[in-house]
Amino acid sequence: MTRQTAGVLWLTGLLALAAVSLFVGVIDMAPGDLFADPEALRLLALSRFPRTAAVLITGASLAVAGTIMQMLVRNRFVEPMTAGTGQGAALGILIAVIVTPAAPLMAKMALASATALASTLGFLAMVRRLPPTQPLLVPLVGLVYGGIIGAGVTFVAYQYDLLQYIDIWMTGEFSGVLKGRYELLWIAALVAVLTYFAADQFAIAGLGRTASVSLGLNYGQVVLIGLVAISIVTALTVVTVGMIPFVGLVVPNIVSRRFGDNLRATLPLTALMGGALTLASDILGRLLRYPFEIPVGTVFGVLGALVFLWLLYSGPRHAK
Amino acid sequence: MIRIENVSFAHGAAPVLHDISLDIPRGGITALVGANGAGKSTLLSLIARLAPLQGGRIVVDDLEVGACRSDELARKLAILPQTADAAPRLTVRELVGFGRYPYHKGRPGRDDHAKVEAAIAAFELGALADRPLDTLSGGQRQRAQVAMTYAQDTDYVLLDEPLNNLDIAGSRALMQLLQHLAREHGRTIVVVLHDLNYASAYADHLVTMRAGRIAEAGHPTEVVTADMLRDTFGTEAGVHHVNGAPVVLV
Amino acid sequence: MPSDLSLTGAAPAPLRRLLPGQNARRLALLALLLAVSAAPYMTLGSRGNWGFVLPFRGAKLAALVLVGMAVSTSTVLFQTITRNRILTPSIMGFDALYVMILTGAVYLLGGHGVMRLPPTGIFVVNAGLLVLASLALFGTLLGRAGHDLMRMVLTGIIFGTLFRSLTSFLQRMIDPNEFAVIQVGSYARFTQIDTDLLAISAVVLLAAMAAAWAMRHRLDVIALGHDAAINLGEDPRRGQIQALVLIAVMVSVSTALVGPVAFLGLLVVSLARLITPTPYHGVLLPSAGLTAGIVLVGGQTLMERVLALSTPLPVIIDLAGGLVFLILLLKGLRR
Repeated sequence: MTRQTAGVLWLTGLLALAAVSLFVGVIDMAPGDLFADPEALRLLALSRFPRTAAVLITGASLAVAGTIMQMLVRNRFVEPMTAGTGQGAALGILIAVIVTPAAPLMAKMALASATALASTLGFLAMVRRLPPTQPLLVPLVGLVYGGIIGAGVTFVAYQYDLLQYIDIWMTGEFSGVLKGRYELLWIAALVAVLTYFAADQFAIAGLGRTASVSLGLNYGQVVLIGLVAISIVTALTVVTVGMIPFVGLVVPNIVSRRFGDNLRATLPLTALMGGALTLASDILGRLLRYPFEIPVGTVFGVLGALVFLWLLYSGPRHAK
Repeated sequence: MIRIENVSFAHGAAPVLHDISLDIPRGGITALVGANGAGKSTLLSLIARLAPLQGGRIVVDDLEVGACRSDELARKLAILPQTADAAPRLTVRELVGFGRYPYHKGRPGRDDHAKVEAAIAAFELGALADRPLDTLSGGQRQRAQVAMTYAQDTDYVLLDEPLNNLDIAGSRALMQLLQHLAREHGRTIVVVLHDLNYASAYADHLVTMRAGRIAEAGHPTEVVTADMLRDTFGTEAGVHHVNGAPVVLV
Repeated sequence: MPSDLSLTGAAPAPLRRLLPGQNARRLALLALLLAVSAAPYMTLGSRGNWGFVLPFRGAKLAALVLVGMAVSTSTVLFQTITRNRILTPSIMGFDALYVMILTGAVYLLGGHGVMRLPPTGIFVVNAGLLVLASLALFGTLLGRAGHDLMRMVLTGIIFGTLFRSLTSFLQRMIDPNEFAVIQVGSYARFTQIDTDLLAISAVVLLAAMAAAWAMRHRLDVIALGHDAAINLGEDPRRGQIQALVLIAVMVSVSTALVGPVAFLGLLVVSLARLITPTPYHGVLLPSAGLTAGIVLVGGQTLMERVLALSTPLPVIIDLAGGLVFLILLLKGLRR
């Protein structure tokens, strides 16, 4: 299967899923109702469309962020949500809620992005000191590092009695997405699209510092741009819908195994696949225990962990 | 005597040893040599029950390997495995002390302490006794390991390529130690060696292996010949004799 | 042959040894410290009737100390059989597996079905399943992936994530009314200990710890590695399996009592190795057990009664334990 046919197939699948997503929910609504019932149209605009869009944006931009992070860290087994970036974002927004509860949302977001960036830089600094002969150390350090920051967030939340927020940020779910509550995610979408213009630079950075410098790349600058993009996408996702683990890990791995690491060619496919898989998990979460919902983070936690184990044991095809 | 009868061994589908029968005499140093992958280390592991026997029988004096109690065999036979591993986090005295475990099972008596101190003295490790192994040189660490098998007080001592990480001074010192153990203390030493010249200089008995079979066995002067080098090692090398002992020109 | 898993378990610092007799003195000191931290736990801030307070707090104190000893003992055993100093059963997903099995039982049998079973029966079945599952999971890992420590650790962590995700998945699938039956949540709770289970738990834990104590000399030898252990007449495989069974039992009981404990084991065993540097389990096991008791009882007193912090102790332990893990990992590499 060529990349183009794969792209067409995933796009078709994604559109089909999106159509399903628009008509699955607690309130019954069939496509025919749209023309007959003005309530149906309102429901679509207020809830179903925002939710579908939020899921697609989240999945696609997380997959892109995961790809970039794997390039910059030069390791296949990392992703922002488990390696400290997501937990850093949660810490930032928590601090913002405590220190300046009255500040505008954008200011809080900026703070969350900044702490996400800081904790990602911390992770990168540690990774640089790990021996390249031990690639599995990198995700191990990342998981523990993320866990420590997560425990710090829990600690602060307990002290200020803000525990209810923790659940919101730590478990990704889309049931609360309504018109007016998710629009920040469009910034994440924009950032993900913008990274595409630097796709070649990220691909080269993935070859390592020496190769990058010898190809005339401003390595430090590319790394910084990449980290900023990852941090913004992660922070926006955590604050708006909560943490969704494994999307940024599983999707880039599948794409890279099949189609290699030429990001200019593969990033659109990565985004498509990220959006489609996240949407499929979300729909699954809505249907399994109807009318209750299972958070998409939980669904993806199960599926993603299984895929991760498969990646870990199926031998390094393209894996570094 | 170590009697090996019809021993075969395979790693998965790959055969390593083919129906080997061999008697290793009591006393002196027996050296096992052969090309890489000939099965020397595997044979040694089987004698020392580090790997389970798949076919055949190995009997050490009156103890049948695999059938007798493991701790009983531990008082009869000691093995020094290849030490590519990182050193255990022990001091020299602690390591040597473990040599007495087969006797006291964790509750050392006065006699055990005396034997440990005797081993430390015999191998001139007194100054190093409380040093951690990982701060020692390769030669010193090897000496501590041999001291442990000495404290284990077994009739048979097996060593798997003990010269691997040693320079010429360390190698000679170790071989002389083994010779001393064999001659003065009546221990039987079985050692896998890479270097034919060390084998012919120190061994009383030489066994060569080729592709999982025993090729030749006998005194080094009989075994080490240009023909043997061609057949067993696949290399054309001359053999000279210095003071009666064969020396391979490399 | 499984070779030494040098890289991480490796030396965090140059090997330290104490003078003869010093270890014994430090053990005595630890015991004293535990007694000292237990006194304020029993007495501080109580306003009620002593006849009620003392037995009530006494039961909780006993539970804390028991759990601490079980967690530290299981961690020591696990580190010995994997020959590694950064692993704990919790990091490898043992307690997450316990919670998952329990949740699965509620899902299959219904909350009331599970409630009707005798608690001892549930416990025995669950512990048995955990033993089987851990033997299947870690028994194969010990043999095969023994060479590749990182892969083994990562596998354990991901299994932990998988078990936790499946647990929360199953919890969502369960009728919210039956949800309450699963008391073992995602956090350890040292404040509300299920003292009904205390008597039976105490018996089981003491038996397991006695068995571990009886193994102490063999563990010393197994810690030397596969070949060295066989040379000294010990069967490392048998010892590993016996230790795994004990670990599974101890993790089951302590998880049933207080919930998952994450980094507690790593923290206290690392501390114990600093306090009493020794290769002998006869010293390390009591030292780690006493340290765990001090951390739990002293920590709980400090947090609850002295500083009046609202954060539960496990969160602090996770924070400190996670840091210890990272430090051990990074320091072990620098050698």
